Amino acid sequence: MRKLLRYLADYKKECLLGPLFKMLEATFELFVPLVVASMIDRGIGGGDKPYIVRCALLMALLAAIGLTCTLFAQFFAAKAATGFSAKLRRALMEHIQHLRYADLDRLGTSTLITRMTSDINQVQTGVNLTIRLLLRSPFIVVGAMIMAFTVDVKGALVFAVAIPLLMIVVFGIMLLSIPMFRNVQNKLDDVTEITRENLIGVRVIRAFRRETAEADRFREENAALVTMQERVGRLSALMNPLTYIIVNGAVIALIYIGALRVHAGFLTQGAVIALYNYMSQILVELIKFANFIITVTKAVACGNRIQAVFDDAEPVAEDAETIETGVRGEIIFDHVSFTYEGAGAPSLTDISFTAKRGDVIGIIGGTGAGKTTLVSLIPRFYEPTAGSITIDGVSSGEFPRQALRRRIGIVPQTAVLFHGSIRDNMKWGNADASEADIETALRTAQAWDVVQAKADGLDEQITEGGHNLSGGQRQRLTIARALVRKPEFLILDDSASALDFATDAALRRALREIPEHPTVFIVSQRTASIQHADRILVLDDGHLAGCGTHGELLESCAVYRQIYDSQFAKEVQ
Amino acid sequence: MAKQSPFARKQTIRRVLHYLKGHTFPLILSLLLAVVTVTLTLYVPVLVGKAIDCIESEGNVDFSAITRILLTVGISVGVTSLAQWVMSILHNKIAYHVVRDIRNQAITRIEHLPLAYLDAKPTGDTVSRMISDVDQFADGLLMGFTQLFTGVLTILGTLFFMLSIHPGITLVVLFMTPLSLFVAAFITKRTYSLFQAQASLRAEQTALINETVTNQRIVQAFGHEKQTLSDFDDVNDRLADTACRATFFSSLTNPCTRFVNALVYAAVGMTGAIAAVNGRISVGELSCFLSYANQYTKPFNEISGVLTELQNALACADRMFELIDTPAEIPDAENAAVLSEAKGDVSFDDISFSYVPERPLIEHCSIDIHSGQRVAIVGPTGCGKTTLINLIMRFYDVSGGAIRIDGEDIRDVTRHSLRGNIGMVLQETWLRRATVRDNIRMGMPDATDEQVIAAAKAAHADSFIRRLPQGYDTVISDKNGALSQGQRQLLCIARLMLCLPPMLILDEATSSIDTRTELKIQSAFQEMMRGRTSFIVAHRLSTIREADVILVMRGGKIIEQGDHASLLAADGFYAQLYRSQFAGNG
Repeated sequence: MRKLLRYLADYKKECLLGPLFKMLEATFELFVPLVVASMIDRGIGGGDKPYIVRCALLMALLAAIGLTCTLFAQFFAAKAATGFSAKLRRALMEHIQHLRYADLDRLGTSTLITRMTSDINQVQTGVNLTIRLLLRSPFIVVGAMIMAFTVDVKGALVFAVAIPLLMIVVFGIMLLSIPMFRNVQNKLDDVTEITRENLIGVRVIRAFRRETAEADRFREENAALVTMQERVGRLSALMNPLTYIIVNGAVIALIYIGALRVHAGFLTQGAVIALYNYMSQILVELIKFANFIITVTKAVACGNRIQAVFDDAEPVAEDAETIETGVRGEIIFDHVSFTYEGAGAPSLTDISFTAKRGDVIGIIGGTGAGKTTLVSLIPRFYEPTAGSITIDGVSSGEFPRQALRRRIGIVPQTAVLFHGSIRDNMKWGNADASEADIETALRTAQAWDVVQAKADGLDEQITEGGHNLSGGQRQRLTIARALVRKPEFLILDDSASALDFATDAALRRALREIPEHPTVFIVSQRTASIQHADRILVLDDGHLAGCGTHGELLESCAVYRQIYDSQFAKEVQ
Repeated sequence: MAKQSPFARKQTIRRVLHYLKGHTFPLILSLLLAVVTVTLTLYVPVLVGKAIDCIESEGNVDFSAITRILLTVGISVGVTSLAQWVMSILHNKIAYHVVRDIRNQAITRIEHLPLAYLDAKPTGDTVSRMISDVDQFADGLLMGFTQLFTGVLTILGTLFFMLSIHPGITLVVLFMTPLSLFVAAFITKRTYSLFQAQASLRAEQTALINETVTNQRIVQAFGHEKQTLSDFDDVNDRLADTACRATFFSSLTNPCTRFVNALVYAAVGMTGAIAAVNGRISVGELSCFLSYANQYTKPFNEISGVLTELQNALACADRMFELIDTPAEIPDAENAAVLSEAKGDVSFDDISFSYVPERPLIEHCSIDIHSGQRVAIVGPTGCGKTTLINLIMRFYDVSGGAIRIDGEDIRDVTRHSLRGNIGMVLQETWLRRATVRDNIRMGMPDATDEQVIAAAKAAHADSFIRRLPQGYDTVISDKNGALSQGQRQLLCIARLMLCLPPMLILDEATSSIDTRTELKIQSAFQEMMRGRTSFIVAHRLSTIREADVILVMRGGKIIEQGDHASLLAADGFYAQLYRSQFAGNG
């Protein structure tokens, strides 16, 4: 959490002035019981009506000054807290933009989203309240106690007993209940999870006729949740009655001691009332402070989680945006191996091959053979753990990431489009693309008819995640998006899986006809999709089991033949 | 917050009350305890005032009276604390139990909602109705109600006690009250619109974060980081600005009402002290007045807070009832037969269907399939293959004609028995967060370990399951992403292998499994399909070729049907599809 405070650096003035004004307000508040006491003793005791009026006016004045101080304080607090959270959010977003794929894998999307949203909101509330209350509450408690001592030392001794007792009760209950509340939250998450499962898995649940069993499972968890809620409820329900007993016990003691002291002539009636008033001020402030501590504890926990994201992963440094290379469209893998972070075994072992401009390279292999991993190394999403990759004559480790990725059009396995129009999505590939560029790309990707079929054409709005399009339509649009940038390298990562054979074949033909002659990598499980490639890489459990043309591989590569036979055997006969 | 008509609101309140029916006794008891608590809490300052009156000056203190009064204070405090404690426990009980009941009711409804509803509604929306809306409703409505009750009680009680001491000073307090209310109302109004603006900006930002962070890999692949950041900055700056104003305004309520309170306090002090000089009120009574003046406006502020809270809670209750009220799927006919071991003759008798009435999808379609036949469904993407499956499983009902199994209209048999006769593996591999074992056992919860392992072996899943960290006891979760799509699909197949019903639906069941593994499973599949009517949606022609009947679909219609040879001979759309796969293959 501490390191996050640097985002408060621009708000030093607010952080200083806020609490200061709060303390000023508190000081004025502390004088009120004294004024009341003297109003009673001098005013009523002496029958001095003008004095009484003067006292009342003084009280109103104190209130007005107090209000002005608070207004300033609240303003500074709000400004610092919201400014802080905006800066923090910005910094975290920027951090995420530059995280390595390996770190994204490890941190997980939902974690990052929670950090960006609810965690930061909590921290904002925490900062706001801290500026407002951190100094004020203890100041009033201590101040009221000191004031009480100035009124009467013996009477004030009651405070010395009551306040620690109150603190023990308030903080004791809090400390005991916080972990219980956390358990309740976890249980609630379980209940939420079951609900979600039942919605997402509805077809399977109904097909397997598990509706009743699922509802029972839900009820069980739900009942467990209620039991936990009631348990913690019983504990926290003690807070109010116990503090009430302590405070009123103190009042009883105060009045009795006061009675003795007045009887002996050490104290006036007004002073007893003043002591009584200080007591109530302390109670109000302590309860506020307890709530404040709860909020701040939560905020600090959230802050630490956010901090962990910053500490956990070092973002990649911004690098140069351009680089001049002599060659274009050439990739050389030289004994490349790769192991995912934390994985026991390598995902790629000793891969070597060369691709020249305009080549179509097919990559085939079973589930988990390392196909996606291989193409992920090309745009430097991951760095090889051994061996080297040379792109356009430059060692990939030295190729600036931005410049490299600008030369690559990639179509990921899952076809994701973004909120906005189809045109907006196409411009992801190239912000300066002309209408003609977009149309060409769409035609090549066999997606022009998809756009034509939409009422608004290119301006058709895509909802979040692109759920208003079918899987195949999404896939074709993502292919077009990659083509819009006229890439030097085009990577299709199993991105024709939702296409029927006719469309798939038409797409492959169109890719060959692109005038820029990109080097194309086609990852697939279907031999039909890659058999016309200039070279096919056959991956088997991370090893390169074969490399060559369809014909060569049928002759020489057992793994390839097996894959082919499993799909075509009967047709070939 | 949607504006409701008073009638709709009354309706909602009535339904809420309905849920409280089972809790009448605790509810009445808690209200009684609230009366006790409020009365005694207000009575204590009166007692303290009396005690102070007994302490006049040096040598002039009535100790016996003070002892008696303080004893009464002690007893009152004891009773109040006890009442308070019992009251909160009762409140908790009522609130938590009502929430539990509503959620239980909701899950029962969810299990019977029509697929049409679930497919159309985003999951998050339904989940939030069930979780956060129900919570908000309980917090706002139940807690709000008790706060409202004690608040009103406190105000009335305070007025009563004040009037009984000195009507004149009470008037001073009464005159000042509207001021406090006015200030609070003014600020609340301002704050409300700012809060709404803040909420909508937050939603906008969250949507952006959701979309970009979820797809961070694509953002980076396209070098879109700068653009994303600048989009983000735009919202972020607007949010910071609005948030600052919203936070500031909302934090004004307390100081402002405190200020008004202080003015009331000063006014009471002044009039009270002057009255005391004139001998119409004692010092103790004045002190009692002052302590009332300190608390008097508090319940007003609380009430105005509670009222907005209540509005919000009612809106949540509405969203929640909307879910509970969504009509369930048409229940099984009363005399619905139980379809026991079906033979597996399936006929589509002139069926029509569409998801949306304006866009007819399947029209007047008839097919006859005999027991044990293999039916392959082929066609381009989005042609309605999955729709047929939705209809056979009765996830959706046909709008015309009838689907018959063994001659029986499937609407005349119970859904339960119908689905019990059909096993299904879908393209989307849904597994629950549970152990591998429990996932396989889904269709047969009392299966032995041996049966589970046998099923896994048949699906060629056993070897990879054994390599998982805890073998069959490994918990599957989305988080670690430990399983590949293909592995998930193998588990779904194992799940089906365990309980083999007479009919099968395989919707792209092996699309994510590599072909070599698929080849291995194939024999198990052949075994599985023997004697079972099977519907297979597949891309691979090798699978399709062996089917007894091939249904060729296009644009929601079945345009051709027959076996491989006859369809090729017909030289229609199927032949075209078939050739396209081998285009250039000689």
